[in-house]
Amino acid sequence: MGERIIELRDIKKSYGQVYALGGVNLSVDRGEVVGLIGDNGAGKSTLIKILSGVVKPTSGEILVRDKPVTGWSAARSRDAGIETVFQDRALAVQQTIVRNIFMGRELTSFMGWLKVDKEIEEASRLMREIGFTSKVFTPHSIVGQLSGGERQGVAIARAIYKQAELIILDEPTTALSLTETAKVFHFVRQVRASGRSILFIGHNIHHVFDIADRFVVLDRGKVALATDRNEVKSAEDLINFMEDVAHPGGLPGLHEDAEQGAQ
Amino acid sequence: MSKAMEPDLQTPLGTASGKVAKGPAKEWSHPSNHWLRGFVLDNRASLGTLAVFIVMMAVFMIANPTVFTTWYLYSSVLTTLPVALFVVVPLVFVVTCGEIDLSFPATMGFASWVFALVVQAGYDPFIGIAAALLTGTLLGFLVGSLVVYGGLSSLIATLGMNFLLRGLIQIINEGRSTALTGLADSSAYKIFSSQVWGIPVQVFWAIAFVVFSALLYNRHRFGAQVKVVGDNPDSARQMGIDVKWVRVKVFVFVGIGAAIAGTFSVMINFTWWPTAGDGYLLPVLASVFVGGTPTWGGIGTVVGGAIGAVTVSFIQTGVVAAGLSGFYVQFFNGLIIILSLLGHKWNQARYR
Repeated sequence: MGERIIELRDIKKSYGQVYALGGVNLSVDRGEVVGLIGDNGAGKSTLIKILSGVVKPTSGEILVRDKPVTGWSAARSRDAGIETVFQDRALAVQQTIVRNIFMGRELTSFMGWLKVDKEIEEASRLMREIGFTSKVFTPHSIVGQLSGGERQGVAIARAIYKQAELIILDEPTTALSLTETAKVFHFVRQVRASGRSILFIGHNIHHVFDIADRFVVLDRGKVALATDRNEVKSAEDLINFMEDVAHPGGLPGLHEDAEQGAQ
Repeated sequence: MSKAMEPDLQTPLGTASGKVAKGPAKEWSHPSNHWLRGFVLDNRASLGTLAVFIVMMAVFMIANPTVFTTWYLYSSVLTTLPVALFVVVPLVFVVTCGEIDLSFPATMGFASWVFALVVQAGYDPFIGIAAALLTGTLLGFLVGSLVVYGGLSSLIATLGMNFLLRGLIQIINEGRSTALTGLADSSAYKIFSSQVWGIPVQVFWAIAFVVFSALLYNRHRFGAQVKVVGDNPDSARQMGIDVKWVRVKVFVFVGIGAAIAGTFSVMINFTWWPTAGDGYLLPVLASVFVGGTPTWGGIGTVVGGAIGAVTVSFIQTGVVAAGLSGFYVQFFNGLIIILSLLGHKWNQARYR
């Protein structure tokens, strides 16, 4: 694999007496898609917040391109090329695709007048880069007219425009239909092909299994499993593993059934 | 629904336009992407307002053709209309930003009071105008800071500021007006308030202001950020926009517009009254919404607001000139507002 973009070593985060994360190791290399899976309360959102610098870890080490970083913050995270795309909340839906991509970073000439043609050109290039080509929509289309998957595309394009090396997608396929999920996958593969990395967080193990090169399963603030795609044969394997982790003795009912089956 | 229309739009005009297939955006182009169709869709709110205005004028003209073909009628409307335009346009920015400003009548009165004081003290009216603009800017900043940094509801806070500032003017002046008879000889008057080819010159200043503001709204970072902040402030904040400062700036813009409007109204009348600006509150608000700017923020139209102001100022003159008694004015005001709102609701999709 390529360059190591970010590495977390033994990250702990406690809120008072409660441990949200109890010593997590996680790394993302250039050009790979890492799938982060875990139940509600496993610590996924705390981990994302630490990566994006919004929350500071209680202890642990953060390395950017193999160099330890002190004073980790949201600004440091942005400088390291990490962008988080939150489901649905990130876009201004009454504005055009162009205005969303350049939100807060408008391309201007003297006195703040917009370079409209340049923005359209850039937007077209970005959308082409992530494979968002359409005969129905133009850069002038209102985001509210787009489907859920296409909106994710706009958010991803915006993250790329912000020079992101690692894009964190927080539950990008939740509440999307199959065809919409396929669109998001298409964007994600294009981003990987362009040499950028993605941390894909999902509830739906099938979705994460289809897209990720590597899986990290979080459980109660710890990494329960970190494995390569080649080592996992099917999504069912992952699901079984997660059930084992969640219920170490097996679910009472299931366990009995299995024993009876064996006899 | 668009499928049936595409061939008609594409064949006769498509080749002539040349704008469609231009540039790197090739894979985006679509038959419905014709410039005329795009123009209509992009400007449907202001075009709808224009349609309302044309229908209204047609009704008036049919009711009384002789009066509505005389220039005098238009000349009288054109004298007062520019004053309204200078506040309607900044208010479109405020409403787009998801706020409202009801304090502009008092700002008009206050800034024009400063203008009157400076002129009365014997200074050149240009200095008076500069002083009025400065006053308007400061009052706008004060109102904006109160709303934004004080975290107050703009509806209530600006209403309060309107009463407060007007009260201050009344307390100090005790109802006395200020006559500025020497104003007519000044060069400032010739530039800002005389007539060119029989047209009040402030019309040209107002048109220039509307054009500049429309560019500011559609082609400038300020307009882009105002729209984004009104649309989704959380997202704007995440993307590094100083949401609070953008909000303050729209109130400052209203303050500046109100100062210009107040100064113009004093120059037209040669007199400053302590009530200057009061009569503009409701017609100006009505103009913004008749113009097609919705109440929920994020979108709006400057040109639509301007046409809305023209519509509203013609209702009063038109109803009386059409031969109806003055008692009909309010009824028609209300009718036009309600019909416009229904039209815009049908015309605009609201995205969530």
